[in-house]
Amino acid sequence: MKKYLLSLFALVITFPVYATDPITVYSARKEHLIKPLFDAYTEKTGVKIQYITDKAGPLLARIKAEGRNTPADLFMTVDAGNLWQAAEEGVLAVTDSKLLETNIPVHLRDPENRWFGLSVRARTIVYSTERIKDGELTTYEDLADAKWKGRLCLRTSKKVYNQSLVAMLIARHGEERTEQLVKGWVANLATAPFSNDTKTMEAIAAGQCDVGIVNTYYFGRLKKKKPEIKLALFWPNQDSTGVHVNISGAGVTKHAKNRNAATKLLEWLSSPEAQEKFAGLNMEYPVNPAVEADDVVKAWGEFKSDDLNVSSAGAMQATAIKLMDRAGYR
Amino acid sequence: MQESILDPRSEPDNNRLAGFLPRKLNKWHYTSGALALLVAVPLLVVFSGWLKPETEIWSHLADTILDQLVINTIKLVVGVGIGVVILGVSLAWLTARCEFPGRKWFDWLLMLPMAMPAYVLAFVAIGLLDFSGPVQTALRTWFGTSNIWFPEIRSTGGLITVMVIAFYPYVYMMARTAFITQGRSTLEAARMLGASSYGIFWRIALPMARPAIAAGTTLALMETLADFGTVATFNYDTFTTAIYKAWFGFFSLQAASQLASILLLLVFVSLMLEKSSRRKSKYHDSMRSGEPPRLHLSGWRGWTVSGLLALLFLIAFLAPFIQLCLWSFQVVTTDFDERYLGLLAHTLLLGALAAMVTVIAGMVLSFARRFQPDRTTLVTTSLATLGYALPGSVLAVGIMVAASGFDNGINNLFESIGLNMPGQIFGGSLLALVLAYVIRFMAVAFGPIETVLSRIRPSLPEAARSLGATSSQTLKAIYLPLLRPGLMTGLLLVMVDTMKEMPATLLMRPFGWDTLAVRIYEMTSEGEWERAALPAITLVFAGLIPVVLLIRRSQKRRK
Repeated sequence: MKKYLLSLFALVITFPVYATDPITVYSARKEHLIKPLFDAYTEKTGVKIQYITDKAGPLLARIKAEGRNTPADLFMTVDAGNLWQAAEEGVLAVTDSKLLETNIPVHLRDPENRWFGLSVRARTIVYSTERIKDGELTTYEDLADAKWKGRLCLRTSKKVYNQSLVAMLIARHGEERTEQLVKGWVANLATAPFSNDTKTMEAIAAGQCDVGIVNTYYFGRLKKKKPEIKLALFWPNQDSTGVHVNISGAGVTKHAKNRNAATKLLEWLSSPEAQEKFAGLNMEYPVNPAVEADDVVKAWGEFKSDDLNVSSAGAMQATAIKLMDRAGYR
Repeated sequence: MQESILDPRSEPDNNRLAGFLPRKLNKWHYTSGALALLVAVPLLVVFSGWLKPETEIWSHLADTILDQLVINTIKLVVGVGIGVVILGVSLAWLTARCEFPGRKWFDWLLMLPMAMPAYVLAFVAIGLLDFSGPVQTALRTWFGTSNIWFPEIRSTGGLITVMVIAFYPYVYMMARTAFITQGRSTLEAARMLGASSYGIFWRIALPMARPAIAAGTTLALMETLADFGTVATFNYDTFTTAIYKAWFGFFSLQAASQLASILLLLVFVSLMLEKSSRRKSKYHDSMRSGEPPRLHLSGWRGWTVSGLLALLFLIAFLAPFIQLCLWSFQVVTTDFDERYLGLLAHTLLLGALAAMVTVIAGMVLSFARRFQPDRTTLVTTSLATLGYALPGSVLAVGIMVAASGFDNGINNLFESIGLNMPGQIFGGSLLALVLAYVIRFMAVAFGPIETVLSRIRPSLPEAARSLGATSSQTLKAIYLPLLRPGLMTGLLLVMVDTMKEMPATLLMRPFGWDTLAVRIYEMTSEGEWERAALPAITLVFAGLIPVVLLIRRSQKRRK
């Protein structure tokens, strides 16, 4: 037994994982949303891509710990906050690419070009078509009004999407007003916050509450599974700031061994050819304005989105969390 | 090493002798110290978080949520602790020492909830029992009103219930082993002295099983403290929530490490206190003097017990199992592919590998504590089992940082002598991942082995030695057969725990080494709970493999 184990360990040690030829991606975007694209890229160019998936926090800690030996060429997340943090910690390199700058609107990428949005995630209002009348819904801010008492359902404040939403509100209204708003939301809650968006929507459909705030693709997924469900999306703040958006995006690492190949991959992911699939696989919106959204997604209607740079979501995240803790938003 | 295991000179048969031993370090200190060091390296990384003060986050937490988190955590620990002891011990007593209809089946059926990860049980429970779930929806349609009272599943009580169901098998399995191996003679002596069955349970069997029950409860509570997935599904805030909030929310791994190190200190101190509180007691037993007679629960009493156990099994395993199957059917055509074979193979291989290595390490630790029962060994062995009390992701990063530090050191060395840098050596290798499992699950192997070992009378191996048996003969002929129930329980628990393990597997797996737990993560990370059912159910089946193997082995042996 001992001999067997020893030889096994010897085997493991003598065959370390080298990152020479393939592009290595550390991804917080889950496998079934990236693998089809990587496969397509490999088929087209012959360039192999290897990846591991995990939450952004541990992956970032790993890149930092590995330092200049890191196999990671590309760091991919599902929100702007973690990319902002990666840039703050100095693990991302500046990528100068005319193509990326043309393909991606300026508010959906890092002002210093260390990371780039690849798809847009809109966080909007969802409501019960049975119990909400036309004209009743207006803005995120309005959901703090006492008329919504006992009618609002929210997801936990621990989810980064809500942290970004509140961060953007702070950027627009300042801390004091935003804290009043969040306190208003909490006072209107029909039940304790849910652990995910789908549960929030199911509660609305079941009649536990009438309105909530969710990412659109969760709505798309639920609608696909239960087409008869009596829910619809509403685009708030159309006369003011627009719908809150976040991104799923990526940046090339500072110690990338395969920098050029990684940049090319990033450029390809922002191209019309890849954008349709990248966003479409998860019913998100493409970042590239030249590309139209998936038909199902388009059917939800056009909307004006917030054009504040998404990096403020990261810069304001800690402030937003503290504010939500003070307001008693769990 | 085997030489020293069985050296009778280092084996005090009681504390009087221990006092005469020279106060210097011996082999046992070194071996247990080496294992403690292995665990201590990532823990030191966690403690190094204190090097950078994070006063702002601390004062924010203290001003807002910290007191509530501490209260919540205490409620959870007390509730789960009481629950697993009552449930685990009574089930163990019933299946190990009583006879009633279906007893042989329940004996192993009651272990099955262990194969179900707690976070999976949590999302099934909420999916079934929340306001929008099928149960309450059916009730509302039935009564034609939305105003019906139903206990809130997303509550402290609901969470405690789910965790008790998920973690009672630790206590059940260890107490069961303890009750089964309690010698016939002790119990018969008690009976002859006029003790009732009631008296025997409370005054003989239960006190004798105390180390096993304590070890099982310790595991259940360490897991409760380290848990994140289950409490997050319930949106119930515990101390772990603060750790992850500091890390993922405030982007401060330092503050997270500081919070985690406080958790560790608390667990370490309680482990030491628990062990010292019964250091003076001896639990040696006349093992293998035949199984004691079972208490026959006849007629309605037997059937009542069967009925209650059937109900428990339904709630704890069958209902969630069926729900997972139903969800899986919805996605099996789209999601099931040839890669599942690879996922299953990786899961089982990692589980088996980690179980073997961890059990060997756990056995060495147990021997150290037996042959060198002084304060130094108590400290090193407690330290070596601490990995289990740390939230998985924090420990995983600790190990990753240590592994990368090693790699970076080697690379710098190569560079300084003008050689080509080898890049990653240890980080991202299979060896590092298996070591991570060993560090995380040492407590799970150590608990059952140590409790069985502590009950072996020193006179047995001494007799063998005096009859001229060599140390390896004594190990093979005396210790290994007597330790078998503990080794088997340890193997099973570590294997199943490894297969369910998520944070370390995610962060440290070599490229392409995806497991079933990784697949569950891929689905649940963005709320696709129903799609997670397919890998979850496959994981439950994979978990059944070692359970069934263990049962068949032990049944064969009893025949």
